[in-house]
Amino acid sequence: MKTFELGGVHPAENKISENKAIEVLPIPKQVQIPVAQNLGAPSVPIVNKGDEVKVGQLIAKGEAFISSNVHSSVSGKVLKIDNVNDQSGYKKPAIFINVAGDEWEENIDRSDTLIKDITASKDEIIKKVHKLGIVGLGGAAFPSHVKLMVPKGKKAEALIINGVECEPYLTADHRVMLEKADELLVGTKILMKALGVEKGFIGIENNKPDAIEHLSKLSKEYKGIEVYPLKVKYPQGGEKQLIKALTNREVPSGKLPIEVGCVVQNVGTALAVYEAVQKNKPLFERVVTITGKAVKNPSNFLVRIGTPISELIEASGGTPDKTSKIVGGGPMMGKALVTPDAPIVKGSSGVLLFDEKESKRVEEKACIRCAGCIKVCPMGLEPVLISQLTKLEMYEEAEKNNIMDCIECGSCQYTCPSGKPLLDYIRLGKFKVGQIIRNRGKK
Amino acid sequence: MNDVVIFAVISLAGIGLAAAIILYFVAQKFKVIEDPKIDEVEEALPAANCGGCGYPGCRNFAEASVKKANKDKNIEGLYCPVGGNEIMSKVASILGLEVEAQEPMVAVLRCSGTKKNAPKKVEYNGPMTCAFAHNLYQGESACPYGCLWLGDCVEACNFDAMYMDEETGLPVIIEDNCVACGACVEACPRDIIELRNVGKKSKRIFVSCVNEEKGGVARKNCKVACIGCGKCFQVCKFDAITIENNLAYIDYEKCKLCRKCVEVCPTNAIHELNFPPRKVKPVENKKPDEIEKTEIKQQV
Repeated sequence: MKTFELGGVHPAENKISENKAIEVLPIPKQVQIPVAQNLGAPSVPIVNKGDEVKVGQLIAKGEAFISSNVHSSVSGKVLKIDNVNDQSGYKKPAIFINVAGDEWEENIDRSDTLIKDITASKDEIIKKVHKLGIVGLGGAAFPSHVKLMVPKGKKAEALIINGVECEPYLTADHRVMLEKADELLVGTKILMKALGVEKGFIGIENNKPDAIEHLSKLSKEYKGIEVYPLKVKYPQGGEKQLIKALTNREVPSGKLPIEVGCVVQNVGTALAVYEAVQKNKPLFERVVTITGKAVKNPSNFLVRIGTPISELIEASGGTPDKTSKIVGGGPMMGKALVTPDAPIVKGSSGVLLFDEKESKRVEEKACIRCAGCIKVCPMGLEPVLISQLTKLEMYEEAEKNNIMDCIECGSCQYTCPSGKPLLDYIRLGKFKVGQIIRNRGKK
Repeated sequence: MNDVVIFAVISLAGIGLAAAIILYFVAQKFKVIEDPKIDEVEEALPAANCGGCGYPGCRNFAEASVKKANKDKNIEGLYCPVGGNEIMSKVASILGLEVEAQEPMVAVLRCSGTKKNAPKKVEYNGPMTCAFAHNLYQGESACPYGCLWLGDCVEACNFDAMYMDEETGLPVIIEDNCVACGACVEACPRDIIELRNVGKKSKRIFVSCVNEEKGGVARKNCKVACIGCGKCFQVCKFDAITIENNLAYIDYEKCKLCRKCVEVCPTNAIHELNFPPRKVKPVENKKPDEIEKTEIKQQV
């Protein structure tokens, strides 16, 4: 069975919510939609206080190339445009909308009928993906239209659909693959058309046999799409790891996947592309997993963007006693939330509730030179070295040791027997080195 | 037997002589001509190598000042904060120049977000450095501008001029030891520490807050936050106070130390340092009894 070669770990899977069908979360009374939800330039709000908006109406426009539009997820009145605490507690501008009814834009097709014929041309698809604010739903929220525009001199050969979901606990993509398989496959075909490629690979880890079987069966009707089961290994959902696993090609340091003729999209993104191109539906809702060992009712919810995370927790049976940490995202790469009132954004894939024992860090001890972190690093870096360099503020040296190639998967920290905060330092180092590189560009 | 010894001695002496001659010419050819003044200036400097002057060490500062003295006949813009005016006049006399005396500076902590004033909202157990915590999230108190209580500034201080107060969580500056090298200013990821002039008899007035949030929000998170109400701005007769982004700032060059602003500040965000106690205590800002008295531990 295929997998990537270098490094990797296998944390306990804990996919508690994998058998829970996607439920629609009731629309909250108020949503706070941050205007900067994607990687790249933030969008500019185009509505004012007191404006009436409908579901799917454009409320913030992305003007730069790497930016994306933001649409209203509810209908109602714009209360204000003000700062909201994001997941890290820092203030970010957001559009507050008081909900009234659920009135959708007229051109959105709300029926469930599957539209298989792709009538839109290549350019129309890219334009629609851009206009309807589709971003990568795997977590990084990179604007999808940018990935679909193949730069001159490069040629896309294959589209890879990422159904790996290697993060423990999370099951949102798994449920999408089971419940929206046809839509997902049509979405894949649309993406293949936009890229002008004949081949589409769907990579799924074999801890989801039902999804592999279901998609393999259905994909026979779609020419060019193949489903590949993959060995369970974290971080297989990383773009570069997935390409290596499926095509045995290696993306060079500092380069994008298009360098080796691949484009990777998440299954959630493929579904969003289907809905955008065939049904005119902008990206204003997504599937979010809420789970945790003590959660009463771990679920997969279809949530409108901007819904406070606290509403999700409420719907899953409330915060269990002894909860001491709420994590936005998966347990490996997610970040602890400062406040549960932070809104769900396009990049939120899950919410995890941990108790005291699960959330406490182990005490930091001295490095025992076991090289465990080097062995598990999927990028072939030396985590112990670059984290030390960051600690000593030797950023140039850290850059030479390819600190910017780190994908922040956390395998090193997970595996370290001394409980060293390796990834924490590497993240700080990446931030500092990034600053240095940007300043260099200015001069 | 003797022949061997004599031959060995003569040949070794010959090699030695030849090597000496070669080395002499090589040394002449690659001679580094250095101004002896550099050594003299370096000798006069405090040898703290703190980087407060903007150069990596005292030697580099000495080189730079000699170079500038030779080129421009002045050493404007070069100042050793550790040595102060005394050392600088010494340096100038070595270089045959004169310098204008500069006003001495001291580091000032512009945050009063103690553990009582800005209560803990979340628990943090990551690496205990400010740089990291700042990069990750807003900090344990809910103020995204305030002190993180983790002491990167104390770590950076080479002069034993700072320590962390366990009770308040804030760093404390020992004024007598502070040489205004700026290492703490550099180390603080939130730009809370500022270098201000020492002032007459060490008296200083400053806004002890850097929060730019709207008044209500700032006040909710910290009892002694500057809320940008503008009362100090109105009462100041010397145009020393500016208000930008909901935050007052006192220009120390214009401030005449009249203390009117301290009296009107509704949140006690403006601090006075080293003033004699007031005769008549103002009544109005005594209301909120929970407010921890703007007790400042800066030692003199």
